[in-house]
Amino acid sequence: MVMERRWTLYDPRLAWMLVAPVLVLLIFFLVLPIAVMAAYTFFTFVTAGVETSALTTANWHEFFTDSYYSGFLLKTLRVGAITALLCGVLGYFPAYFIWATTFRHKWLLLLLLIVPFWISFTIRTFSWINILGEQGVINVALIKFGIINEPLPMLYNEGAVILGMLHFLLPYMILNVYVSLEGIDRTLISAARSMGCTSAQAFREVTLPLSLPGLAAGLLLCFVLAAGSYVTPQLLGSGRDALFGNLIYDTIMGELNWPMGATLSIVLFVVLGFFAAVYTRYMGMSQIVKGLGG
Amino acid sequence: MPDSQDTLSSPRPASAGASALGTAAAANSPAVEFRDIDIAYGKFVAVRDFSLSIAKGSFVTLLGPSGCGKTTILRSIAGLVDISGGQIMIDGRRVDDVPIYKRNIGLVFQSYALFPHKNVFDNVAFGLKYRDVPKPEIVRRVGKALDMVRLPGTEKKLPSQLSGGQQQRIALARAIVFEPQVLLLDEPLSALDANMREEMRVEIKKIQKETGITAIFVTHDQEEALSMSDRIVVMNAGAVEQIGTPQEVYETPATAFVADFLGKANMLPGTVTRSGQGTAVTLAAGQTVNVVPPKPLAQGGKVTVVVRPQKLSVGTAAGANRLSGRVVSASYLGGSAIYEIDIGGGTLIRANTPISGRVFGEGEAIEVGFDPDGCVLLDEGGQRIS
Repeated sequence: MVMERRWTLYDPRLAWMLVAPVLVLLIFFLVLPIAVMAAYTFFTFVTAGVETSALTTANWHEFFTDSYYSGFLLKTLRVGAITALLCGVLGYFPAYFIWATTFRHKWLLLLLLIVPFWISFTIRTFSWINILGEQGVINVALIKFGIINEPLPMLYNEGAVILGMLHFLLPYMILNVYVSLEGIDRTLISAARSMGCTSAQAFREVTLPLSLPGLAAGLLLCFVLAAGSYVTPQLLGSGRDALFGNLIYDTIMGELNWPMGATLSIVLFVVLGFFAAVYTRYMGMSQIVKGLGG
Repeated sequence: MPDSQDTLSSPRPASAGASALGTAAAANSPAVEFRDIDIAYGKFVAVRDFSLSIAKGSFVTLLGPSGCGKTTILRSIAGLVDISGGQIMIDGRRVDDVPIYKRNIGLVFQSYALFPHKNVFDNVAFGLKYRDVPKPEIVRRVGKALDMVRLPGTEKKLPSQLSGGQQQRIALARAIVFEPQVLLLDEPLSALDANMREEMRVEIKKIQKETGITAIFVTHDQEEALSMSDRIVVMNAGAVEQIGTPQEVYETPATAFVADFLGKANMLPGTVTRSGQGTAVTLAAGQTVNVVPPKPLAQGGKVTVVVRPQKLSVGTAAGANRLSGRVVSASYLGGSAIYEIDIGGGTLIRANTPISGRVFGEGEAIEVGFDPDGCVLLDEGGQRIS
């Protein structure tokens, strides 16, 4: 380009300049670290804390041949799926209620959804120990009333882990579903009713199908966050209830096996990314952005 | 309204189409009847003491400014709004406690309200599906309805693939396909652009005539009301101002509100200065006009002389009641012209008149006039003297 062009409002050069800071951030703090990690998966593990840059496929070989890893992965996906489905079932109703209520101060109900975020996630998770533990509220009360003699083992099992994750993820689900319900033109429901639908049939014909994108977005979000969680199983689960995130932690911080830790991290990244990609292909990403308040 | 004259040129008799549907079981009872209905939202009374009887196969328009209660009444027929007093009858059967989905009513909304996730076929078939119509019959009737709105072959399309006018046609097909007892149209044209509106106006009226369906149409647009209706119900602040044929409400408005809302009539306040034969009213503007009152007026009484802009003529063509004034503004419309004329005392008269000879310019002195029987007289309370 010999001639200097004048700048216009929608100049592509201007657009590049505006996204440049974000691009730089993403490249240096997301793409590069992942690339380094990907490279690490081909490094050779010598002994705890020592690795050489001699390239090897040993880590990948170990991952694909040792059923220990694939078992962990499947279990993590299963727990994530159960959590997401429970979130969907339990989250749809409050979302529907907030949408349908004639209560004048809806914002208050929505605020209640966000209040839990004001307390640290770790503290909220810890609080379950005071509720479910042997000396927790439920066991103490039941023993006091003579209903049971021995404390019930409610903590440090898969149920407790799922409960803790539900607690943390439900607001995401409710907000996602609520946003898609809010997008429905209510005259559609009047139209369906006037053509012969009972309110239950109108829900099935109009409200439910039109809120499915929000439900799907909530499911994806809850699934990815649950399957990638580390703190909840660490605090509320026993060793057997550890998820893939805990496995990565142990491999890196316990065994000091960085190449294997990197391999496992990349696996989780690719698997969860795959689910997100499938979702985006069919639903588009905009729904999740809306659900997050964008 | 510059061309409201045109809409008057094709007045429809009040009984048009009334005979088209003589075969129904309850042939004697009106299609829809309101008996003293009241509708209140908390303390706010949206509609009070509304009574109206709508003949089978007729096209009735509820006309009024926004917030006058016209949409509320429409929604009450459908069952979308609960009435707080009175009765609504459809075909002689009381429906106020019939749930919405059991009332056999077709609704067309301003926003089309097509189901975005269903294709045209499923949208139109919707009401039939809930009436347990067998599948082949559904296919046949949907096809017929789409032919009627001149959109055959669009079954597989999604609403988002259609233009606004096409969407409203589909909405119309959807509302008439299951042959409802009444078709309710809630400002169906206001979301369309001007050209489309004109076309749909003709189309809706044509389909209504063909099917012989009873239609209730809600609008705030006087032109739509005048051109489409068999009868017009003019409403203001939750109450009926006048019920009549388009010609009746336009030419003999019952109240000052109707006169002003339909076609912006000239309202000239004055005092009766001579009663009996050759009654005369001296206008506040200072000039005196002759009127033909339907009943004798007392001398000294306060009246308002209402004259439509189209009833006024200017220049040498001016009618018997001649007022001299000065042109304040003149708009040339080709076949006719609209003048605003100051007749003294700051009183402005609007005249919409065919051009004979030349167009008068601003500031020119002009004679404006109307025939004594070309006006309507209102009393002090704004009611027509009859």
